[in-house]
Amino acid sequence: MRRVSLDVTDLAVYYRTLRGDVRALDGVSFSLADGEIMGLAGESGSGKSTLAKSLIRMDGRMRRIRGRVELDGTELPVDDQRAMVPFRFHEVSLIPQYAMSALNPTRRIGRMIRELIRSRGIDYTAVHPELLRRLELVGLDAQVLDRFPIELSGGMKQRVVMVLSTLLDPSLLIADEVTSALDVTTQRSVAEALAGFRDRGFITSMIFVTHDLALVHQIADTIMVMYAGRPAEKASSRTVIEAPRHPYTRMLLSSLPEVGVTFSGKRLEGIPGQPPGLLDPPEGCRFRDRCPLAFAKCAEEPPFTEVAPGHWAACWKVEG
Amino acid sequence: MRRYLARKILVYALTFVAAVSINWLIPRLMPGDPVRTMLSRGSAGDPETMQAMRDYYESVFGLDQPAWQQYINFWTSLFQGDLGISVWLFPQPVTGILLDAVPYTLALLLPAILLSWIAGNRFGAFAARSRWLDNTLLPLGYILTATPYMWLGILLAWGLGVVAGWFPTAGAYGFSSIPGWNWTFAWDLVMHWFLPFASLFLVAFGGWAIGMRNLIIYELEAEYSNYLEALGAPRKLVRRYAFRNAVLPQMTGLAVQLGTIVAGALLTEIVFGYPGLGNLILQALNNRDFFLLQGAFLFIVVGVLIANFVVDVVYVVIDPRTRTQMQGGGA
Repeated sequence: MRRVSLDVTDLAVYYRTLRGDVRALDGVSFSLADGEIMGLAGESGSGKSTLAKSLIRMDGRMRRIRGRVELDGTELPVDDQRAMVPFRFHEVSLIPQYAMSALNPTRRIGRMIRELIRSRGIDYTAVHPELLRRLELVGLDAQVLDRFPIELSGGMKQRVVMVLSTLLDPSLLIADEVTSALDVTTQRSVAEALAGFRDRGFITSMIFVTHDLALVHQIADTIMVMYAGRPAEKASSRTVIEAPRHPYTRMLLSSLPEVGVTFSGKRLEGIPGQPPGLLDPPEGCRFRDRCPLAFAKCAEEPPFTEVAPGHWAACWKVEG
Repeated sequence: MRRYLARKILVYALTFVAAVSINWLIPRLMPGDPVRTMLSRGSAGDPETMQAMRDYYESVFGLDQPAWQQYINFWTSLFQGDLGISVWLFPQPVTGILLDAVPYTLALLLPAILLSWIAGNRFGAFAARSRWLDNTLLPLGYILTATPYMWLGILLAWGLGVVAGWFPTAGAYGFSSIPGWNWTFAWDLVMHWFLPFASLFLVAFGGWAIGMRNLIIYELEAEYSNYLEALGAPRKLVRRYAFRNAVLPQMTGLAVQLGTIVAGALLTEIVFGYPGLGNLILQALNNRDFFLLQGAFLFIVVGVLIANFVVDVVYVVIDPRTRTQMQGGGA
């Protein structure tokens, strides 16, 4: 068993709204081994982005209700903005969803990076050669540092952000829907470049948030599927794609076209119904109302348990 | 860059021609006849003398020629720096009268515009995201910016001048002062300058502060700000970047507002009896002094155009995005 890098225990994060607390994340537990790339999948509102944000920077409306997060044996003070600062960039880093507009439009890229690095109390001259080396690795030459963001293409900006975010060799990298805004060919190369960063040791482990299961299973070691603020299933990517156990994962996969199939007689099925509102979620299993297998016991909340080695699921029907 | 500048200069030149032409036209469309005003001053009784005087004045001012000829004459003499002869202060040349007044207007306008812009931006940026300042001082900003210039001027003159007696309320210097290069006179100038300056400064300050506060809040929500914070950048750096980006629309705002501020300065000058262009315009209007009016407007038009041009050029220097547009040859 590899060393545990990230360990999240019963994490619950709610959004404060005028109408009450939205339970976007309600009891999430999982761990990430050293060198593991975990794909984090789920539909909109499943809590995957909230989870990603909670691990690096909560926004003003988010409140941690319970649970703890440990990174390399140290507890992360996720809900203390000030205490989180030393961890950010050094230990936990982020490639945001909006990488195209993540760079200050009125600063040359090189100067912005220099100012950011210096503001973290790091000697820039020591980092500079490594920055150039990594830019070259993703196919950018040193000239981009003299450019303004507007002079770069979307893909180039994405790569600059990838290099910048991982420059200090963070232990955990969160890639939040990084491929959503890219075209299909670029998506693949970005995902592979990130896996390459892991192989080269720039990052120790990574959470790859996405709703694209077809893409994530190519680079991820494991996949965690979330539903309505709770994890539904986590297993190796192969297992999740080929032998999912949780009814939600199965239905999710059957609503996607199969990889490599250009025509099949089978009509794709959606999942009937809507996910529950998280302002006042129902007791028990949150997938109950849409689940074909639901039975009386589903009124109790199913625990997220290991149903096979390295395979967790939260469903009474998967037991054993 | 050269193409961009050339195009800008062309646009400004066209604006200048149009503005000056309208400026020439307007006094001539106004009711009233300057020559008759002068004749009534002459108080000559018999019609023959009147007619002789009328012919004389009309030839002096060039009013005996057809309108198109007057228009051409106007442009030719304009390029010789000759703006004609004043009716009100006959026979002084308009250029001289204006040059006496312009320093006073500039001394009011330049510090008021620049200081209010700088201070308003700083303060607005500072007030953004501070609940206490947002709740106390920003309403004050709203009141200030909604205040008409001359009304605030009257309030200040009454409060600080008449009631408190700290500042004189009219003129550029005291009646007892003798103009000269000495400290007593300089101090007298500053004391007389302060109230009109303050009224212009305060009104503009409120507007800039509110604009900047809103822009900064928007920029702090922008994605580059979020990214910097996720990477643990200190608040200071994030705010500095936000400020720099928020200043850009404020620059445009400055260019747009210049005309309004100049108009405000004219009214303020009248309130405080300050001997700048505003006062001259009032006198010129009262005395049907076409030439003085034309000249004063010309100075204002040129001033506003130059200021706008400077803002345009500065904008290109500080915003890389406009530079890219220029290279692409787009608008």
